Amino acid sequence: MKQYVFDGSWTGLLTAVFECFERRERNVRLVHTDHYQPQMFDESFIVFSEDQKASRVDRGLQKCLKQVMYRKLFCTFLSGLPECYNLLLHLMIRIFSGEEHLMDNYGDEAVLYVTQTAKSVEREKHRMKAFVRFEKTDDGMFFALVEPDFNVLPLIVDFFRNRYADQNWLIYDTKRKYGLYYDQRSVAEVTIGAVSATPHSIATIAYDTDEEQYKTLWREYFRSTNIPARRNMKLHLQHVPRRYWKYLVEKKPE
Amino acid sequence: MNDRIREKLNILADAAKYDVSCSSSGSNRKNNGGIGDASRSGICHTYTEDGRCVSLLKILLTNHCIFDCAFCVSRKSNDVKRAAFTVEEVVELTMNFYRRNYIEGLFLSSGIFKNADYTMERLLRIVKKLRTEEKYNGYIHLKTIPGASEALIKEAGLYADRMSINLEMPTEAGLKTVAPDKSHDQVKEPLGWIQDQTVAYKEERKLIKSVPSFVPAGQSTQIVVGATPENDWQIMDTADQFYKRFSLKRVYYSGYIPISNDTRMPSIGSPPPLLREHRLYQTDWLMRFYGFTVQEIVNEQHPFLDAEIDPKFSWALRNLHLFPVDINKAPYSLIIRVPGIGRQSAQKIVAARAFGKLHVYQLKKIGVAYNRAQYFITCADTAFELGSLQAHQIKASVLKESRSKYETAPQVQLSLF
Repeated sequence: MKQYVFDGSWTGLLTAVFECFERRERNVRLVHTDHYQPQMFDESFIVFSEDQKASRVDRGLQKCLKQVMYRKLFCTFLSGLPECYNLLLHLMIRIFSGEEHLMDNYGDEAVLYVTQTAKSVEREKHRMKAFVRFEKTDDGMFFALVEPDFNVLPLIVDFFRNRYADQNWLIYDTKRKYGLYYDQRSVAEVTIGAVSATPHSIATIAYDTDEEQYKTLWREYFRSTNIPARRNMKLHLQHVPRRYWKYLVEKKPE
Repeated sequence: MNDRIREKLNILADAAKYDVSCSSSGSNRKNNGGIGDASRSGICHTYTEDGRCVSLLKILLTNHCIFDCAFCVSRKSNDVKRAAFTVEEVVELTMNFYRRNYIEGLFLSSGIFKNADYTMERLLRIVKKLRTEEKYNGYIHLKTIPGASEALIKEAGLYADRMSINLEMPTEAGLKTVAPDKSHDQVKEPLGWIQDQTVAYKEERKLIKSVPSFVPAGQSTQIVVGATPENDWQIMDTADQFYKRFSLKRVYYSGYIPISNDTRMPSIGSPPPLLREHRLYQTDWLMRFYGFTVQEIVNEQHPFLDAEIDPKFSWALRNLHLFPVDINKAPYSLIIRVPGIGRQSAQKIVAARAFGKLHVYQLKKIGVAYNRAQYFITCADTAFELGSLQAHQIKASVLKESRSKYETAPQVQLSLF
């Protein structure tokens, strides 16, 4: 068993697939460099992400797979779970070794893992579409902090760009320390440092004068629209788990 | 922004909340040069403590009403605080909530003040202003006001994504007892206008691409359950007729929450029939997505749905001669009829069995509720059994190992002595 160590990027993962074929090695284990531990009896090989190799694999995948299936693989990758990388590597190897229809085989454990993981990621993506709460700053920018379970910002870019096309907005992932900034033309990836270079830094944000009023209105609307006779906290918590509360205007403790 | 707006919002959101529809799905409106678009699958932005989704800003334009329907909080004779929004206030609230991603759109309804046309005209002004002046392309659910003129309703359809008008009571007779001024015909007429217009626009779009969209998310209605004494069969039969005749997107079933001391209906304090409502929705789903007809699930012999078990399970127990179904051979249409197998599991089963016979452990992993399904299927490693279980035995053994979430809360308060 040989350990392949990669940098955790999609390009890196695809490069690893390429290396497996080029070096004719199948008995490998792919690990993220963050989770890498040298083994006493195993050799290690560092995979250097290379765009050229990766894009060949990427094209191959898109040719072999239906779009839904390709997306499942990508979503599983975004989950960032420690075991997902190795599993994806071997699944891709099998796909390129002639098992093109493999992804329909829900009786297969790896396929089922990918299906279920992708589903969790998609669910998280959907939650982020719902749970982002913009706050308006004094210079008219709409700004939101999020802390999703998985790295789903790449999946929601298009949604927010299409919907909020006529306002500047910033969505910042506090867990992964990067955000998306839209200036009514294009979306750019930003980190906190880059944001502070713009007129406002997150630490000292000045809100629009109406901001607090709309927050109050929203909180009160949320209370008024509840029907106490039907109270069902179990269902409520199932839909709005506690870990999201701190970023939700209507649930945040005042 | 002042305290008056806050008070208005509280009053008019509180009065609107008994309309259960909050779906924001089914529309494909794009953002063309303004703000907002419709999300095909709909998005629930939050959930209230009763577990219901909040996707739209659901408000009444006003709760002043000239009618006196016994089941309604805003009825004329009810002593509640009254309020009315201005057109500008609704537009401003909607835009500001929308821009902060609080909501998916606006659900606008109204009590009827002066007359139907006057009310409808106000509603129309709001949606028109949102679409044309604010360049707002988000979701709009607009209530059709019964009795409003055809021209107004049809014009509103050009701006709304969904329109709805409530049947309220499942039968004409039931409606007459609680709301003598209303009838089902008043509901059917506008439903018909919109339906015809939708079809006409669709035809036109085949020839000319630039035809504007007309109520792209379709129409829906709502039936109040448990206020009047209709049985489940009557309710589902009415729903089915409306689905067929007006191609409705949804029929909502709303368990009646007592709000008055009217002797014609359940008194204040009696709990809303949540379990019954749940079973009706399950039946609704079976009709729309599982290929069942109403008659198969509820009929003259079985006018009420079984409270203990779901309608599909109950149907299967009455039709044991159709089972067991061979998971590895049966067509999709039969597999989805098995209790414990939903549409997604059925699709996975059909896709996966091309690669080899499926075993029990695989079914469990795919997501089949095996505790129910086991009595109705055979798969690759099903043990051969002598004889078969009777319906009541199956029911008893499933109930023994499962626990309904509705059981936990006692339905009535027990007296201490």
